[in-house]
Amino acid sequence: MNFSLARTSLIAEADLVGIAGERAVCDPRGVLYFPDLRLLAVSDLHLEKGSSLARRGTLIPPYDTGATLLRLQAVISDYQPSIVISLGDSFHDGGGAQRMHASFRERLEALISGRDWFWVAGNHDPEAPADLPGETVRELAIGSLLFRHEPSKQRVEGEIAGHLHPCARIVQQGRSVRRRCFAGDGGRMIMPAFGAYTGSLNVLDRAYAGLFRLDTLMAYMLGAQRIFAISGSMLRPG
Amino acid sequence: MTEQPRLAEQNAAVALPEPFIRWFGEKGWSPRAHQIELLAKAQAGQSVLLIAPTGAGKTLAGFLPSLTELANRPKKKPGQARRGIHTLYISPLKALAVDIERNLGKPVEEIGLPVTIETRTGDTPAHKRQRQKLVPPDILLTTPEQLALLIAAGDAKRFFEDLRYVVLDELHSLVTSKRGHLLALGLARLRSFVPGLQTIGLSATVAEPDELRRWLVSQNPPKGSTGRSMAELIVVTGGAKPEISILDSEERVPWAGHSARYATPEIYREIKRHKTTLLFVNTRSQAELLFQELWRVNEDTLPIALHHGSLDVAQRRRVEKAMGENALRAIVATSTLDLGIDWGDVDLVVHVGAPKGASRLAQRIGRANHRMDEPSKAILIPANRFEVLECRAALDANYLGAQDTPPLIDGGLDVLAQHVLGCACGGPFRADDLFEEVRTAAPYVSLDRPTFDRVIDFVATGGYALKNYERYARIRLNKDGFWRVSNPRIAQQYRLNVGTIIEVPALNVRYVQAGSKGAASRGGRVLGKIEEAFLETLTHGDTFMFAGKVLRFEGIRENECFVSNAPGSDAKVPYYGGGKFPLSTYLAEQVRIMLDDPQRWKKLPEQVADWLRFQADKSVLPKRDDLLIETFPRGNRHYLVAYPFEGRLAHQTLGMLLTRRLDRAGARPLGFVATDYALAIWSLGDMGAMFKARKPSLSALFDQDMLGDDLEAWLADSWLLKRTFRNCALISGLIEKRHPGQEKSGRQVTVSTDLIYDVLRSHEPDHILLQATRADAATGLLDVSRLADMLSRIQGRIVHKALEQISPLAVPIMLEIGKMPVHGEADETLLMDAATLVEEAMGPEMAEE
Repeated sequence: MNFSLARTSLIAEADLVGIAGERAVCDPRGVLYFPDLRLLAVSDLHLEKGSSLARRGTLIPPYDTGATLLRLQAVISDYQPSIVISLGDSFHDGGGAQRMHASFRERLEALISGRDWFWVAGNHDPEAPADLPGETVRELAIGSLLFRHEPSKQRVEGEIAGHLHPCARIVQQGRSVRRRCFAGDGGRMIMPAFGAYTGSLNVLDRAYAGLFRLDTLMAYMLGAQRIFAISGSMLRPG
Repeated sequence: MTEQPRLAEQNAAVALPEPFIRWFGEKGWSPRAHQIELLAKAQAGQSVLLIAPTGAGKTLAGFLPSLTELANRPKKKPGQARRGIHTLYISPLKALAVDIERNLGKPVEEIGLPVTIETRTGDTPAHKRQRQKLVPPDILLTTPEQLALLIAAGDAKRFFEDLRYVVLDELHSLVTSKRGHLLALGLARLRSFVPGLQTIGLSATVAEPDELRRWLVSQNPPKGSTGRSMAELIVVTGGAKPEISILDSEERVPWAGHSARYATPEIYREIKRHKTTLLFVNTRSQAELLFQELWRVNEDTLPIALHHGSLDVAQRRRVEKAMGENALRAIVATSTLDLGIDWGDVDLVVHVGAPKGASRLAQRIGRANHRMDEPSKAILIPANRFEVLECRAALDANYLGAQDTPPLIDGGLDVLAQHVLGCACGGPFRADDLFEEVRTAAPYVSLDRPTFDRVIDFVATGGYALKNYERYARIRLNKDGFWRVSNPRIAQQYRLNVGTIIEVPALNVRYVQAGSKGAASRGGRVLGKIEEAFLETLTHGDTFMFAGKVLRFEGIRENECFVSNAPGSDAKVPYYGGGKFPLSTYLAEQVRIMLDDPQRWKKLPEQVADWLRFQADKSVLPKRDDLLIETFPRGNRHYLVAYPFEGRLAHQTLGMLLTRRLDRAGARPLGFVATDYALAIWSLGDMGAMFKARKPSLSALFDQDMLGDDLEAWLADSWLLKRTFRNCALISGLIEKRHPGQEKSGRQVTVSTDLIYDVLRSHEPDHILLQATRADAATGLLDVSRLADMLSRIQGRIVHKALEQISPLAVPIMLEIGKMPVHGEADETLLMDAATLVEEAMGPEMAEE
């Protein structure tokens, strides 16, 4: 599939979200795609979280890395980006890349090959992942955008961050729906966690205090087929 | 007393030590026949099951073998090694253990026995537990969880080496759950420590005593052993027949609902007429509502109290104490007061709502006049018309002495996994030995070796096809053929997480000033705990009933829910779909028989009998073994109402499966609702016409094959299965509730079991934990076995009535439509509504910005 095909089949103008003047697609699978830059951002993969917990005696299924890579493979093959940014916490801990099963490592290398691939350092993985191609950076500025793992305390226009694993909750007809989400106010965007075993934290939690302009806060909740854009005033804590 | 002549005969045969005879004499009592009989059998080396109604002196009977043996025991000489535990008493409730300590301590003191009695529960302080390990009491009163912990301790074998008896109280309620599985495995372990161990089971009446008799002793005995495969049985019948009546209300009995609000003034009149009234309801929300309604009419300000499991412990203890002192005139209670705790002089039991099972009714009514020779008095208050039928059936059943305790099910593999790790924590084991030992426990008699080996593999490395975790194994097989814990930290973690009672996530409910933001004013007191799932549906300012008060929801902060007083407001009552217990199979059949027999309607209130006559006129009443299906149009929809009378859980499962099939057949079903009695499905397509044209035929629609692929496909995504998986994951030790030195803090820290479930299901659908989950769901939340029985019963017996309009029998369930949220699949639709709302309010540009 070539790029122009991908563009017409996947992206309608109405689905584009503005961040500091750049236009991006919030994909319901949890990745952010900038068509003008051919750039795909994904955050908090937390690869090898399963084996990380297993080391401490919690033997949860060792299939999380495989599941996460499979989903990543799907979005990359749909968008065919030339730049991929993994926004930090790509591995659940510093030893993750070394523990990774050989078959998974091969799949990951195949994804990286032929693109500019950036590993942004996260708090779980401050060092470059062992023996993997791609460039490790603390943060990355492209155009009016600034990619980093943890959102900064002061307001930065165009900042794209992860780290907080946002989710949002609404209540309708006496029932509650909670979903992972992109959270943005037009100036800054915080991305949902992509990893198969990653949990999430409500955007109304104290951890987000001061990060957004509340009057323009939107949660782009991930649906099965599409994104649901919900205004901040409709969100519920918890 | 009629017991006297037999007693004299038996007295001669058994050795009741002199101090006991003197004590009975001083009290002016004489030992009851079953007490002496039990003593005789125990002294002959047998394990015994004693089935007796409340008030029959069961507790003393159960301890008599221990007490007489301890009385005859030679005095301990100075310098002689310490003596271990002689008798272990296990009850399902902490409170019951504490109660027994008091009740048993009294005769022990009066007889002057040199016997020490202590409790050990989750509340026992650490220093006392330590001391109990060093200087054990003669009789230890404890719970199944504590037994599991004692077995997982390194010195378990030595600690139990002097054990003679295990007394199991309220056995009928212990054996039907996963706690029962864990306890059965613990007993098997104890028997392997002490081969001559005797058990004494105390139980209320049950349908199948032989199941309990087997449960009490070793099964699959090794070749050449002489052990019997069933415990001896003693049944005490009699006691005075209870006087039970159904409230013949002057008010109109409602069509639907569960509140029984209509009867409040009549209930209040009865409270005034009696000394102490115990009011039982089926759910917490019913308890709250009834309590509120009673105080509304309580002109004489009688002391009426509330007691349910979600209330703060201190508050519950206050109520229990006041009750013991006979300071209360009435207590509204849920199942927390079900079991045999003996408090105060209750002279009337009122049961609000249908009892859902004849045995449960008998148990609850046993609470009035806790003495066998006086009749218990009870009044049943049906909350709606179907409940009138159910109460009538339960009442007839009680007089007939019928019982319907649930059948015992095979032991859970998640429980077995927990036990295997516990055994390893206690010391090295050989797989062959442990397998033989486990199979002596009744719930695990038919466990096969490959499954057992998979459980061991699961405990060791998670049991995954992808062998990635060998180096992180929790237990390892050493060269000597023994499995050992690989790290002492594993044992520490195990001890923190033992048990099978999974608590629904719940938040403390704390008082604050109205309108405060919580953080500013923390000081208020905690009223109890409420499930997270309920609180999630509340929004700031919503009112609800809890702890007997109308409260306003102020917000949630971490693990606390803040509320303020909202007196005089109308509450939004906690939602708790109808009754918690599904209608028992036995009672369901009784209701069907009654419907089929107009002669029996004479015993029903006139308004209810009229309702049935109308039904016979407008439609038809189902025959005893038939399934009646009515179809009719209403508004611009078409309805199907089925009356299987198989309980809410089975109906829910049936509803899920039928809507799938109707959807495939092109009926365009929109939703369904299930009650204990009936199931209603509504659709856009004309189902009546489709059945007439046999496209599909009803017999094809209700074919048993729906339990194959349809069930499998639906289950895959069902929230029910995720919830069940969570329990299995916790019980089996796959994930931990608690880690040493660390409590769960916030969602992002833990791995949600839903995520694990999704990953495991797509990568290894045959994993042993998924097998355990499916088995669990089939017997538990889905009630598949009951549905299967029903589908086979109704083959060729489906009666279809295509009606022009709703029938009288359909009214109650039609009233439920709209009241109950349809679970699970409509989340996306809700999101859609919200998104649309934003678009309407703000225009499409704003909605996307």
